[in-house]
Amino acid sequence: MSQMTASGAGSAGRSERTLWQRLSHDRNFLGLVFMIPAAAILLMFLAYPLFKGVWLSFTDAKIGRDGVWIGLENYEWLWDDKIFWLSVFNTLVYTIVASIFKFAVGLYLALLLNEKLPFKALIRSIVLIPFVVPTVLSAIAFWWIYDSQFSIISWSLKNMGLINENINFLGDPNNARASLIFANIWRGVPFIAITLLAGLQTVSPSLYEAATLDGATRWQNFWYITFPLLTPIIAVVMTFSVLFTFTDFQLIWAMTRGGPVNATHLMATLGYQRAIMAGNLGEGSAIATAMVPFLLVAIMVSWFGLQRRKWQQGGRDD
Amino acid sequence: MVSFNRRSLLKGAAAAGAVGASGLLDFAKAWAQQAQWKPEANATLNVLRWKRFVPAEDAEFMKLVDAFSKATGVKMNISNESFDDIQPKASVAANTGTGPDIVWGLHSLPQLFPDKVLDVSDVAGYLGKKYGGWFPAAEATCKAKGKWAAIPVAVNGGYINYRISSIEKAGFKSVPRDTAGFLELCKALKANNTPCGFALGHATGDANGWLHWVLWSHGAYLADKDGKVSINSPETAKALEYCKALYATFIPGTASWNDSSNNKAFLAGELHLTNNGISIYAAAKADAALNAIANDMNHAEFPIGPVGKPQELQLTFPMLAFRFTKSPNAAKAFMAFLMDAQQYNPWLEAAAGYLTNTLQAYDNNPVWTKDPKNTVFKNAARNTLPASGIAPVDERAAAAIADFIVVDMFANYCTGREDLKGAMSVAERQAKRIYR
Repeated sequence: MSQMTASGAGSAGRSERTLWQRLSHDRNFLGLVFMIPAAAILLMFLAYPLFKGVWLSFTDAKIGRDGVWIGLENYEWLWDDKIFWLSVFNTLVYTIVASIFKFAVGLYLALLLNEKLPFKALIRSIVLIPFVVPTVLSAIAFWWIYDSQFSIISWSLKNMGLINENINFLGDPNNARASLIFANIWRGVPFIAITLLAGLQTVSPSLYEAATLDGATRWQNFWYITFPLLTPIIAVVMTFSVLFTFTDFQLIWAMTRGGPVNATHLMATLGYQRAIMAGNLGEGSAIATAMVPFLLVAIMVSWFGLQRRKWQQGGRDD
Repeated sequence: MVSFNRRSLLKGAAAAGAVGASGLLDFAKAWAQQAQWKPEANATLNVLRWKRFVPAEDAEFMKLVDAFSKATGVKMNISNESFDDIQPKASVAANTGTGPDIVWGLHSLPQLFPDKVLDVSDVAGYLGKKYGGWFPAAEATCKAKGKWAAIPVAVNGGYINYRISSIEKAGFKSVPRDTAGFLELCKALKANNTPCGFALGHATGDANGWLHWVLWSHGAYLADKDGKVSINSPETAKALEYCKALYATFIPGTASWNDSSNNKAFLAGELHLTNNGISIYAAAKADAALNAIANDMNHAEFPIGPVGKPQELQLTFPMLAFRFTKSPNAAKAFMAFLMDAQQYNPWLEAAAGYLTNTLQAYDNNPVWTKDPKNTVFKNAARNTLPASGIAPVDERAAAAIADFIVVDMFANYCTGREDLKGAMSVAERQAKRIYR
């Protein structure tokens, strides 16, 4: 009996050691173990808030009070809500117009900065300033620039005799949209310019030399060498840029609070106003959740549209 | 009973500041011994308050906080936030059960989460009895489900601010007391190129203030006394028409104004009549370069509309304590101490008309008589309706104000974005969602 126990214990010990030894050399197991901290952080700080937000959008939760499940009621209500659709329209206009301009100006700036310029490092640092300034500070600066009574633009144009009355920058719906888009472009261009500049510097000069020897013009150099080689970086940078612009909050909130008459309310600001200011967490969460499909589409377009490697390498697209 | 008062103390003192402070401490100690609320041992109170506009008010407030702390041993941590940040922070605290013990906020803040706040009916009852009773709107704002959810410490009065010379030039000796006469004044100001202007943007204080006056003075309300949405009405239509006529006389750009825009324009001499607290006057008095404006400006009550009585929305500052506080007695003691005459009177005086008393006995405070330009603000707590108008004061009224339903309705119509029916139906739909 005692022998059997001893041998039983021995075999159990051997099998434990074997299991541990096996696991400690198992790449899949170790991979899983090392992934746990990162996964825990992602689950806790990204997945949980996201799913909680989606869950709240199906309830009538208010601040300070748990809600009850109301199904799609929040979404049904938003479907007929003029202000919600106005905010969707504003968000799309804001994102599309600002992103196109940011890309065009950013790429142009990157190409300029990639040339041999005197004081190149200094100029590159200066270009980054709008991106470095805290958003709220730049928003307040723009708020003064666009002030209905004290705008420096209106003041200058008046003194030059070009206009008689101050420009109503933030009081007229279309002016307000254009003014905010301009502020967003000013802020976002450096990010795109500097990132694309980094991409440009990875393009081998020998490609340009070869093309030049073949008689390529500057435009052909750009179109057949620079642009195709830059597309993976453009895909990444524009994905980020579209995401940042679509979810912008600070610029709008600091300058117009969504006014005049909701003409500059983005989905993010409207969601905040309804959820936090007015206390309707459920409805605010529904607005926030409604942003997700748009963001997914934006990501898909960027990734599947711009990351076609065959095309970049001179092959045919599928 | 302590037999001195602050004035006699100050008179007899060589170093007024130092002795005033020690006198306050003596009083605080005596008060703490008699007070019915005995703070818990080693109590700490974290207080979140709105950021002060008048530095003297803040200094006086901190003085009494210090005296309370020394007399009772309660550790006091005071933090400030801008008007707009108070509500989200208080809401998060209410939701999570951690955060400041006391929040001193705006409008009907306690109505957003009445179940999460400490019942302070005993403090309110004690103070009301001692100081001549509360003004009705202050009481309605802070009472939820029959209990006092907060103490209405003060009201921030917003009234007509005008340049005396401009209205005289326009042929008026004073601001007309009726809405029709007021419109004529605004037209005359516009004709003289000395225009008026009121915020039509998302300005929490100013825009809600004057537009609720326009609405209510025409007998229109977002919801009726039973809490049923009543915004789509002939009275609202009249209010919208009146507002549009008034808007035609405004300085350009008011649709984008926030709470500070009219202050800037008035002090720059570009705006000649607007609605605001006493802060424009205080700023003009404090700056030698602007003294000419201070001398040439005065304040007036909002005109009376077709309903025939004052219908104002003034900003109430309720102070609430959360139920999760570990020091409920200390919180109640602090509220009672703050509102006691010995502290409240000098504090109210230091606020220089920016704040108005919610307890009737404090109508005798010298702040209302020492400068006649302050006197109008004395009526703020008396003339205001609760934020809900005639409807029951509850979280729905607070939500409607926070969502700018009334402001957007007027802005939609005045700027031509919606027609009369469209503006009312958008507001009605939003209101029905909240008042369902």
